Amino acid sequence: MGLTTWGLKKSPWVYHVNVGACNNCDIEILELLTPRYDIERFGMVLVGSPRHADALLVTGICTRQAERRLVEVYTQTPKPCVVFCIGSCAMTGGIFRHAYHFSRPVDEVIREVDPDAIIAYVPGCPPKPEAMIAGAVTALGTL
Amino acid sequence: MEVIAIFLAASFGTLALGMVSSWVDRKVTARVQYRVGPPLLQPFYDVVKLMGKETLVSKRALGRGFLLAPVVGLASAAVAATILWAANLWPREAFVGDLVVVIYLLTIPAMATIYGAAASGSSHAAVGASREMKLLLAYELPLVLSALVPILQLRHVEGLSTFSLGALVAFQQDAGWALWSVSGVIAAVAALIALQAKLTLVPFDMPEAETELMSGVYLEYSGPPLAMIKLSRMFLLAVAPVYFATLFLGGLGANTWQGWLALAGKYVVVLVLVVLIRNTNPRVRIDQAVRFFWFLLTPLAIVAVVLAGLGY
Repeated sequence: MGLTTWGLKKSPWVYHVNVGACNNCDIEILELLTPRYDIERFGMVLVGSPRHADALLVTGICTRQAERRLVEVYTQTPKPCVVFCIGSCAMTGGIFRHAYHFSRPVDEVIREVDPDAIIAYVPGCPPKPEAMIAGAVTALGTL
Repeated sequence: MEVIAIFLAASFGTLALGMVSSWVDRKVTARVQYRVGPPLLQPFYDVVKLMGKETLVSKRALGRGFLLAPVVGLASAAVAATILWAANLWPREAFVGDLVVVIYLLTIPAMATIYGAAASGSSHAAVGASREMKLLLAYELPLVLSALVPILQLRHVEGLSTFSLGALVAFQQDAGWALWSVSGVIAAVAALIALQAKLTLVPFDMPEAETELMSGVYLEYSGPPLAMIKLSRMFLLAVAPVYFATLFLGGLGANTWQGWLALAGKYVVVLVLVVLIRNTNPRVRIDQAVRFFWFLLTPLAIVAVVLAGLGY
């Protein structure tokens, strides 16, 4: 394990990308910052700029409007970075998969620009904060 | 040769101190919010991680100045730390630089931030840069005026007109802290608030304003340049209590173990005061901040200077 990977595991800063969520997953993500879960224990901090981010927390179905913005945010994130698909919608489209504004699942969009992207999936509608922490630990463990 | 050795020792010492201070800041913040907070080595992990990340420069940025600005800020913070430590640990020996140089050097990180943000080609960073500039114009005057107070006290008591930091520390070791006088108390309050703005911590963090400008002036930085910025912020967080203690708390000199204990005590008290101010205040608007500094704190600092001149 190189120094870069070690550092990434010790302090993954996350940036929250909403590409068309119903706000439920977003509320659960904010739950991670509260005293109950406090992800700063693991060095995770919510940052305001994708340039500072090591992990993108993508929530919601990827709408046609949001698709090229998601690609833009991903290309602006310095590598190495991890993409988290939070919730059923980001993974598959969920109950909105037949909706007219649904473009593609998030991982397909990301894979198109970067075939080697590290993508982690946290299923649920919405996923519990525990599930997100478990997902983060698993994803960082595989690096 | 000796100067270089002192510079390296002071830089790495202050860097370690700054990392611990940054951890104290985050830990105390977390405790205030009933959270657990990060582990002790978290600032170190952050810097190691940032050093390994990709450096992205926007197409619209002026690359060279954009990347050079954090290095300049870091270097001047390191030199300021060196001068302050040398004056504190060996107050009766001559060393390069005096109070005026330190005040200048402490201004350079803010200037570098403004330059880097303006060169980054981002509109959010430009808003942040303009706010940082206004803030600099606002807090610099009370900071300089409050620094004059111990100098005037020294002049009044010993009849010695000097800006030497060593002389200031030696004077306070002989005649008592500059804080223990009417002018000293007023100036210390003004200096502490101005230092809060110098560190751009809440309530004066509008240049970065995480929630409205998405970290404003630092928005476009990534990887090693961002690590430099984090390091220079840690440096400043360590330098601010040292600066304050040098001027008002009789310096941080220590020969005996009681001296070292007092040194640590002074440092921690000032640091925790800064962190508590940061945690118990909302962010003010830039116009409110400028009005506060110009029409409240500057007259206060002028009163302190006049009182010090009269010997109170």
